[in-house]
Amino acid sequence: MRRERNPLLSLYAALVYAFLFAPIVVLIVFSFNDSRRNFQWRGFTLDWYPQLLSNSQLLDALWVTLQVAAAAVFVSTVLGSLVGLGLARLQSRARAGADTLLLLPMVTPEIVVGLSLLLFFLQVFDGRGSIGQLQIAHITFCISYVAVIVRARAAGMDAHLEEAARDLGASAWGAFRYVTLPLLAPAIAAGAMLAFALSFDDYVITTFNAGVGSSTLPLYIYGKIKFGVTPEINAISTIIVAVTAVAILLAWRFGRLGGVDRRQLAAVPEEAAG
Amino acid sequence: MHRPTVRGDRLRQWGLLAPGLGWLVVFFVLPLAIIFVISLGQRDALDRVTFAAPGFDNYARAFDPRFLPTLLNSLRYAATTTILCLVIGYPIAYWISRHGGRHKALLLILVMLPFWTSYLIRTYAWMIMLRDNGVVNNVLQAVGLTSEPIILLNTEFSVVLGMTYGFLPFAILPLFVSIDRLDANLVGAARDLYASGRQAFVHVTLPLTMPGVVAASLLTFIPAIGDFVTPDLLGGASTTTIAKVIQELFLEGRDWPYGASLGFILMLFTLAGTLLALRTMRREVVGG
Repeated sequence: MRRERNPLLSLYAALVYAFLFAPIVVLIVFSFNDSRRNFQWRGFTLDWYPQLLSNSQLLDALWVTLQVAAAAVFVSTVLGSLVGLGLARLQSRARAGADTLLLLPMVTPEIVVGLSLLLFFLQVFDGRGSIGQLQIAHITFCISYVAVIVRARAAGMDAHLEEAARDLGASAWGAFRYVTLPLLAPAIAAGAMLAFALSFDDYVITTFNAGVGSSTLPLYIYGKIKFGVTPEINAISTIIVAVTAVAILLAWRFGRLGGVDRRQLAAVPEEAAG
Repeated sequence: MHRPTVRGDRLRQWGLLAPGLGWLVVFFVLPLAIIFVISLGQRDALDRVTFAAPGFDNYARAFDPRFLPTLLNSLRYAATTTILCLVIGYPIAYWISRHGGRHKALLLILVMLPFWTSYLIRTYAWMIMLRDNGVVNNVLQAVGLTSEPIILLNTEFSVVLGMTYGFLPFAILPLFVSIDRLDANLVGAARDLYASGRQAFVHVTLPLTMPGVVAASLLTFIPAIGDFVTPDLLGGASTTTIAKVIQELFLEGRDWPYGASLGFILMLFTLAGTLLALRTMRREVVGG
């Protein structure tokens, strides 16, 4: 087989990576800039970071964001994983309907999801943007993503493993707990991570459903950047980017280890039966 | 002896599905039904919704000459973004798959890293880049391409650039998957049969990776046509898109029935796009 060589294509690839990362690098660099106007480089400073800690508006927004994300991750991971597992096993005509119901929230524009929930809460609950309303909204748009990820893994899973556990005397719960769940764990973890990223970052759906006292971090950031570029926002952004990058790279390493562990997980049924 | 009955199995399956699907029916389908009903109503003098003369008037309004440019704007931005993402994304996906070697996974993670990073922050980063005295203008002036700052922000250019940047990872991932799955021997066979590199690409590689191209288009077009953040932050006040108009109608203008009808039109666009893409994909995969 021919080994492909193409220096032009490699140069192009380098340019695309530069395009992807240049804006983020510039953003980070300017978070250390000793100038409020933030146009030109005036020297290195760390001043903007400690200032964040005394910004109570920002900290309140962060706290709301975390409360919303926690509920979104927990509930959508549980409900989404169950749906994913159920769909992988469903072999009837009902499957097409369930699939469509699952796909719809993912292809519906965010702004439509946001405004429909706003009207729904106003009409049905007379809701005025409580944290609970945000939690429900976020759970709603996260479920499908978790379900799709878990379904992909459940569909590739050998159904005989669970049957074998049952034949060896495991209860339905035992077979699920010691066989199915460990096999699905990487997909469930990936789904939970995605749910957190989606919830933590959401602006559009949140802006329709937030009210007084339930402003989230993206809402706070948006309000600031509408009026221009500030070093504080650069500093917040840098922290978020750094945390995200570390989490993703860790998950990548961890995921590779998980791939090795899979063979060991297949040995678990023996423990479950014994 | 523990083997469950077929009936018990089915019950258990629905037990797994019921809580999640039930949630979506209550908090997704029902709200959509509500805005559909509201889209058939009118606004009265006090900005309340009335159903004195229910009908599809609001939908007709969306296509009148005053609003039509907004609709066409949205379509144009989304289409341009989709094409750019495919053109930029295909070679890079190809490069990672064929030249990535043992770093393939890392190279792919690096492409996806911006996707996991906040969309809001990535858009903000372009505000820093494109300002009159921003990085891009400084570089252009330093190399002598221009003496005065060029207005880059709040233009059609900045909106399309921001969207392309934002959705490029969505395009690269499915393209990579389909290119990586392609058996390189097929291309080798074409070359052995005296196809030029270009012919082999046009007649073998490209048709066989069509499902990836379709998926990439879908994953770019759908978020692009409904995008609010990019046109609002990088497009300024002069750029109107359907999502911006909906947001104004709801949070400022308070003409809910009209806003709801625009939401439904936007949804129809994305559903049509999805169905079209899925059908094409099925034909590509099954019918070859």
